[in-house]
Amino acid sequence: MPQISLTVNGKPASATVEARTLLVELLRDKLHLTGTHVGCDTSQCGACTVQVDGMSVKSCTMLAVQADGANVLTIEGLVNADGSLHPMQAMFREYHALQCGYCTPGMVMSAIDLVETHPEGLSEEQIRHGLEGNLCRCTGYHNIVKAIAAAWPLMHNKALPVAAE
Amino acid sequence: MVVDGIGASVKRKEDLRFLSGRGNYVDDMNRPGQTFAHFLRSDVPHGKLNKVDISAALKMPGVVAIFTGDDFTGVGGIPCGWQIHSKDGTPMVEPRHPVLAAGKVRHVGDPIAMVVAETKQQAKDAAEAIILDIETLPAVAGLTAALAAGAPLVHDEAAGNICFDWHIGDKAAVEAGFAKAHKIVRLDLVNNRLVPNAMEPRAAIGDYDVSSGEYTLYTTSQNPHVIRLLMGAFVLSIPEHKLRVVAPDVGGGFGSKIFHYAEEAALTWAAGKVKRPIKWTADRTEAFITDAHGRDHISTAELALDAEGHFLALKVNTQANMGAYLSTFAPSVPTYLSATLLAGVYKTPAIYAEVKAVFTNTVPVDAYRGAGRPEATFLLERIVDVAAREMNMDRVEIRKKNFIPKEAFPYQTPIALQYDSGDYMATFDGCLKAADYAGFEARRKASAAKGKLRGIGISTYVEACGIAPSAVAGALGARAGLYEVANIRVHPTGSVTVFTGAHSHGQGHETTFAQLVSEQLGVAHDMIDIVHGDTGKVPFGMGTYGSRSLSVGGSAMVKAMDKIIDKGKKIAAHLMEADVHDIEFKDGKFSVVGTDKAKTFGEIALTAYVPHNYPIEELEPGLEETAFYDPKNFTYPGGCHIAEVEIDPDTGTVSMISFTAVDDIGRVINPMIVEGQVQGGIAQGIGQALLEHAIYDESGQLLSGSMMDYTMPRADDIPNISVGMEVTLCTHNPLGSKGVGEVGAIGSPPAVINAVVDALRDYGVRHVDMPATPAKIWALIDAYHPKMAAE
Repeated sequence: MPQISLTVNGKPASATVEARTLLVELLRDKLHLTGTHVGCDTSQCGACTVQVDGMSVKSCTMLAVQADGANVLTIEGLVNADGSLHPMQAMFREYHALQCGYCTPGMVMSAIDLVETHPEGLSEEQIRHGLEGNLCRCTGYHNIVKAIAAAWPLMHNKALPVAAE
Repeated sequence: MVVDGIGASVKRKEDLRFLSGRGNYVDDMNRPGQTFAHFLRSDVPHGKLNKVDISAALKMPGVVAIFTGDDFTGVGGIPCGWQIHSKDGTPMVEPRHPVLAAGKVRHVGDPIAMVVAETKQQAKDAAEAIILDIETLPAVAGLTAALAAGAPLVHDEAAGNICFDWHIGDKAAVEAGFAKAHKIVRLDLVNNRLVPNAMEPRAAIGDYDVSSGEYTLYTTSQNPHVIRLLMGAFVLSIPEHKLRVVAPDVGGGFGSKIFHYAEEAALTWAAGKVKRPIKWTADRTEAFITDAHGRDHISTAELALDAEGHFLALKVNTQANMGAYLSTFAPSVPTYLSATLLAGVYKTPAIYAEVKAVFTNTVPVDAYRGAGRPEATFLLERIVDVAAREMNMDRVEIRKKNFIPKEAFPYQTPIALQYDSGDYMATFDGCLKAADYAGFEARRKASAAKGKLRGIGISTYVEACGIAPSAVAGALGARAGLYEVANIRVHPTGSVTVFTGAHSHGQGHETTFAQLVSEQLGVAHDMIDIVHGDTGKVPFGMGTYGSRSLSVGGSAMVKAMDKIIDKGKKIAAHLMEADVHDIEFKDGKFSVVGTDKAKTFGEIALTAYVPHNYPIEELEPGLEETAFYDPKNFTYPGGCHIAEVEIDPDTGTVSMISFTAVDDIGRVINPMIVEGQVQGGIAQGIGQALLEHAIYDESGQLLSGSMMDYTMPRADDIPNISVGMEVTLCTHNPLGSKGVGEVGAIGSPPAVINAVVDALRDYGVRHVDMPATPAKIWALIDAYHPKMAAE
């Protein structure tokens, strides 16, 4: 069985995996990082979203062996060393953007990617389109959209430009 | 002064663990020595199970054991918790629901064998090596096919596939109403079949302790005590002191995690056989073909009106799909949770409803968010809109003319329920204003100028929740009373643990229940913990469904806290050498009225446990109380929802422009959480109205069996949702609360469809069944313009 080494949340990790093992299975079952969830079998729900080398990835759609040598960031790695929350986590709490919490880790990881890749600003419509790959059954998305808009200025250290219309 | 008490939008306690990946869901748990189960399931809708050959599979790597239906002949079937009697007095047909299929398979997904192996993959691989000999039988996948003459039978004992043929109401009074009617409006409706799709798939671990002989089931449940009762007493014959059921963090339920499922019994039983823990986690495909589905009713409704538009009588005939077996609450959904709501918010004097429950070769159908009440509301609010149009009346006027006035409460409906409180005009006028109904025609013109068809739809509703007054539920067929329990333990230094039978799977109980305690006992919010979901810790409880957690579970807490305060007063009276009747408890202090003598709550708690000076002859030490609460009536949230849509006539695509709700849910504990509950319910209602449909083909294969095929609402399908409140208090529980979990899913679907039909008013469209997909809308528009389509 293949032996792989990677960096997860800033720490080195290695494991022996079956060739068919998915990245999410490596994270959950071998590395015991159970914050990353599995909600479907078809890459539709986004509950398993993590960052691999800075890119947002559905970890159910990538083999563990493909992550050999990669730098992986999961929801567990977002909390600062002093225990304080990432601005996106903080805004999700502030705006009540989670209920059962199951889609939340993937939603937060996707939302961070969405804000990071849109330094020019984000309209509500862009946020809603940007969340196409993440399903939430509890919130109706209303408060998730608000939380992401509120996190943008905190992550970019400036006011969110008002959409020109 | 309580800052985190009733009415404050306190941020949630549970968020920190969920946001940092430290939730504790069943699939996150692992037990020492754990094995993994995989269920081999039927891929044919109906068949005779001739042989299950496990000999080759047993030799596969890592296999610990394989169980089939033959192994479960000595245990009970999966029970049904509600018994309905037919018109002729005979009880419903209740066929055995085996843990693993025995003799026959009856739907795609019916479990045939359980493979237990060292790893998940080994269990899956071994299942592939099981050789099945199934003789395919003709199947019935839908209501119409199942009710056809000579249809194949799902169960031999259910003639004509009928489970029961029930009715309610005064048929003669309804016929008299129809005889004097100025106008009779008739409408055929389909309430589309839905898949609940909580984001966390079901999972369970069966565990058996060889030294104590105790079984533990970790499961994704909304009501662990109900599972313990049903599985222990009716399926596996394990006494409750040897069976613990734990439902830790659960990732959404919406009803689908109320029911006792076969996998739970199979895993628990088998753990005792292999003497190792066995874990199973459903994949999404399994969820689609095993989680109980929702809705799936076909109805005909007839409304009789006088010349002024007053409703005289309503007659409804419904066929309800039960699926292949009776799930835990299934028989109650189309009957006592639906037909009894057909008065809605209107003073219709005579109502008669008939319901035929039907077996089909599909996944069992049971309660899904709203359970029966969305079906009743959809039927009623659609036929009222159709009636308004056919009477040339305004949709607002016809509703106002027929509302039950606020002076009429308590109001006895002609079909069993007595509404305690409400003000339907207030929620209606509030919603019309919030949605700027008056300004709609200008918006319609603006859309028309862009080539779009704009529509506005109104829905009003009342629902019955806070389930349930036990004597009433018993008279209606519930096989158990529906009390709720709270145990409140005040610790020696004054912090508090609440053990509740209600279960939180997104509702935020850890926050709102702590607000109740903070309000009543004056203890700081962060000094209060809410413990739920473990039969080993919580004395008893019937769980969370039917929007009951606050109105029933919260009321039990209030009662338990009353007892705590009563005892605290006695201790305080002793300490301060005063008469107990002179002791007042306020703002966290016990004081002697008219003096400055006082003891804090913490001082009393410490005295209760480690006293030097205590009335030991008259009073037991300790400060812990348990209370059961049985509601006197259902609670009746109500309100008005207004949807605004825009249709692109070229594609048939419906865009949700806005959604406005003004609800009356009784006393609000946490406005932030309440708004979130309403918004989430409305999103599910919009999903039902526009997107979602569980479709079986004629042979019984589920066509929309994955999230690639079944259209879940995504962020860009849902508009911003405006939520307002017009509160009247529930008159019969100590909190005045009515319930909020289901209102969104109940009120919203007819608002959306009424808006769609309104948008299509120039195309001769009278009704659109859900979901109003682009294909359906485009076909309606196309049918009205045959020439254009030919060009």
